[in-house]
Amino acid sequence: MIEVKDLYKKFGKNEVLKGIDLTIDRDGIFSVLGPNGSGKTTLIKCILGMVLPDSGQISIDGKPLKNNFKYRNEIDYLPQIANFPGNLKVSELIDMIKDLRDSKATKDEELIDLFKLQPFLNKKLANLSGGTKQKVNLVLTFMFDSPLIILDEPTNGLDPISHLRLKNLINAEKEKGKTILITSHILSFVEEVSDEIVFLLEGKIYFKGTIAELKTKTEQPDFEHAIASILSSSYA
Amino acid sequence: MLKILKYSFYDLMRSRWSYVYFLFYLLLGVVLLFLNNDLSKAVITLMNVIIILVPLIGTIFGVMYYYNSREFTELLLAQPVKRSSIFLGQYFGVATSLSMSLVIGLGMPFVFYGIFNSSAIWDFSLLLVTGAFLTFIFTALAFVIALRNENRIKGFGYAILLWLFMAVIYDGIFLMSLLYFEDYPLDKFSLVATMLNPVDLSRVLILLKLDISALLGYTGAVFQKFFGTNFGLILSSVLLIFWVVIPTFFIWRIAKRKDF
Amino acid sequence: MKKTLHILFFLFFIFGSLQVWAKTVTVCNSCSVKTIQEGINQASEGDTVLVKKGVYREFNIIIDKSIILLGENLPTIDGEDKGEIVKIVSDNVTVDGFKIINVGTSYTSDYAAVRVIKRNGFLIQNLELEKLFFGIYLEKSNDGKVLNNNIRGDAVKEYNSGNGIQLWYCKDVEVRGNNVQNVRDGIYLEFSDNIKISHNISRNNLRYGLHFMFSNHNIYDYNTFENNGAGVAVMFSKFVEMNHNIFKENWGTAAFGLLLKEINDAKITENVFKENTVGINIEGSNRIDYKNNDFISNGWAIKVRGACYTNNFENNNFLYNSFDISYNSNLNDNKFDRNFWSNYTGYDLDKNGIGDVPYRPVKLFSYIVNRTPETIILLRSLFIDIIDFSEKVSPVFTPDNLVDENPKMKTINHDRS
Repeated sequence: MIEVKDLYKKFGKNEVLKGIDLTIDRDGIFSVLGPNGSGKTTLIKCILGMVLPDSGQISIDGKPLKNNFKYRNEIDYLPQIANFPGNLKVSELIDMIKDLRDSKATKDEELIDLFKLQPFLNKKLANLSGGTKQKVNLVLTFMFDSPLIILDEPTNGLDPISHLRLKNLINAEKEKGKTILITSHILSFVEEVSDEIVFLLEGKIYFKGTIAELKTKTEQPDFEHAIASILSSSYA
Repeated sequence: MLKILKYSFYDLMRSRWSYVYFLFYLLLGVVLLFLNNDLSKAVITLMNVIIILVPLIGTIFGVMYYYNSREFTELLLAQPVKRSSIFLGQYFGVATSLSMSLVIGLGMPFVFYGIFNSSAIWDFSLLLVTGAFLTFIFTALAFVIALRNENRIKGFGYAILLWLFMAVIYDGIFLMSLLYFEDYPLDKFSLVATMLNPVDLSRVLILLKLDISALLGYTGAVFQKFFGTNFGLILSSVLLIFWVVIPTFFIWRIAKRKDF
Repeated sequence: MKKTLHILFFLFFIFGSLQVWAKTVTVCNSCSVKTIQEGINQASEGDTVLVKKGVYREFNIIIDKSIILLGENLPTIDGEDKGEIVKIVSDNVTVDGFKIINVGTSYTSDYAAVRVIKRNGFLIQNLELEKLFFGIYLEKSNDGKVLNNNIRGDAVKEYNSGNGIQLWYCKDVEVRGNNVQNVRDGIYLEFSDNIKISHNISRNNLRYGLHFMFSNHNIYDYNTFENNGAGVAVMFSKFVEMNHNIFKENWGTAAFGLLLKEINDAKITENVFKENTVGINIEGSNRIDYKNNDFISNGWAIKVRGACYTNNFENNNFLYNSFDISYNSNLNDNKFDRNFWSNYTGYDLDKNGIGDVPYRPVKLFSYIVNRTPETIILLRSLFIDIIDFSEKVSPVFTPDNLVDENPKMKTINHDRS
């Protein structure tokens, strides 16, 4: 369970988050949406502790994040850009992350199989293509069994088959009763997987609820138009 | 932290740059010794290299490594690892691998040349230890600069400026002020000014071995105490340690407060 | 043939006369003669006074006839700090094989362990001197020898300590194979000519290892001067030769390997100057040849102050000195030629062993240090290297003509066996 209270953050003069209140207290897939610069990534990074908020509180499972790093054991995070130390081999990277998390219950082999990464295991990360790196990135994220999964643009650079496999993977994790937080630009993907969406606009939560509720609220027949109407009304 | 250090270190040990650095020192050692065949002269040349080149390489390498591993750092930040461990681990990884390239690269030719049977062994060990210290100091300063500057170009610029300042400009200002205030007692001032720059500090530490006969020619009582006894050696070493500890502390502090 | 006969005859005469005329007086604690002075009193010209092993508490022993005072198994004469111990006031006296300790210290008279006053033909050898004020003091005495003595003082302050071997108005004396340490001046000469000082070791002395003034036509060779307070000082003397000596580890604010002050017509060859603050400090000295010396790891190999004319530096090695040469006056007609400089960076395209580019041994930085001594702390800094380099390219401050036109490419091999 994630609880965000009154969260403010600015970078220099640029106020990115202006009082976010968000509670996610059930399992399922939540998509964080919003135009560029609306604060999606900042919000997620705040939850991960990578960005330190100016004010406000975040707690996960009732424990506040401040001066705490162990809670990240309970989170699987997929960063937006996958870039790894180039001199490590894929297998070494996987071993290293396992080593860092002191976690044994992993499904790395299964995932490697799924994304057909065996031929790359002994290659250096510097020599991999962007898509392959993203696959490695996915393996690193999904190989642990944490109750909270955060995916930042998970579909970047993936081929259609991998895309499909990713969707299955996400759904499978959801079946296990996990909470999954996604940011994505690809609305069809969001529509397909999300249970609820959180729409950020100019550093505030503009909307939180199911896609159906959004459609009702904006009186639009489909998701894409619903989003478009939010944007056009806010910028009008 | 040790885990991060280990992985950063492995990563670097395989990087092309470590080899280039290592081979450079190996070649330098071989050229100095076997073409010149003169241990004392080699040690003097080496001193110049260590005082000028080691800080430069430490600075550039530190900045470069930090910027190149940014995304990886972000990956690590999402792992259940303490922030300070990540940065200190990376820092020590870089500094250790650079120091090892230096010590092994230079050490090997000298060992083959027979440094162990020579009286220059102490001068030489002192050179290597000072070199390692300088690596640690300047890598730490580079990390501080990189942590402070998101912009790579700016970061590189500041790093090079820092090196230029410490290695050349500082001494220029130092000399000018000594000449300008020559009517005043200056020995305390000059010792303090030396302590405030790790390059000068290391240089003086090596001078204590190489040029002690010249240093003792100066009449000031403070100089006499500093150069004539072990006091200078001990004080310089302690200050070098400070010069490692303080920037490392800054890495820790900045890392703790920084957003990624 | 005739000469050999002469020598044989001479030897026969000496042995004969000894057998016939000389007798031996034996002194020991259990003999009838218990004190050395008594032994001397009983002896007559040409006799031997043989002193057996033991401790003799005596001072002011006066040798007033030409005898041989011979110690057997190093008997000890203990002066108990009461004053002078042995005084020679006769020609042709030999003192051999004693340990002499506890010379009295005085601020008014220079008490010595052995003193020779206005006499010729003395031989002082194989003595061990300890706890002394002055060691061997030769006063207006000629044609003598001081050989293989071991002088070990415990001097702490200059004002209440004396010199190891002192020559004052002496001529034709040989000082050889002595070992002097921890006194004020190891060997001291004043107004003494035709002295030969060789194979001595003088070290850890408070002031100078060797110190002489107004002493001409002297030769100093094969001596070692090490770690003395201020090194070796030679002043106001002419026609001095200093060869094959070693000057090393004379460190300190006013220390040097060798100080030349008002020295004319000297030869300084085949010496080694190693790890001194200043190798040679030259002041007002003219017509001196410096040849085949090694200057190794000194602060300054050579410092020239004041007007010096016709000093020639040839064929020397200058190795790893912090500064090779420092000048605070004009070059005058001093010359540097065919030396090896370890700081030389030129090349030798015609392979004749001599660098094609002249070497400038005076750096700008040495001028700066002369002016503001604290700047020494910037030694070997990159900035200093840069300004030295620019000065080298276009000399502004350093004498334009101070160059070695023929710098050697390789270390000159001097045979120092």
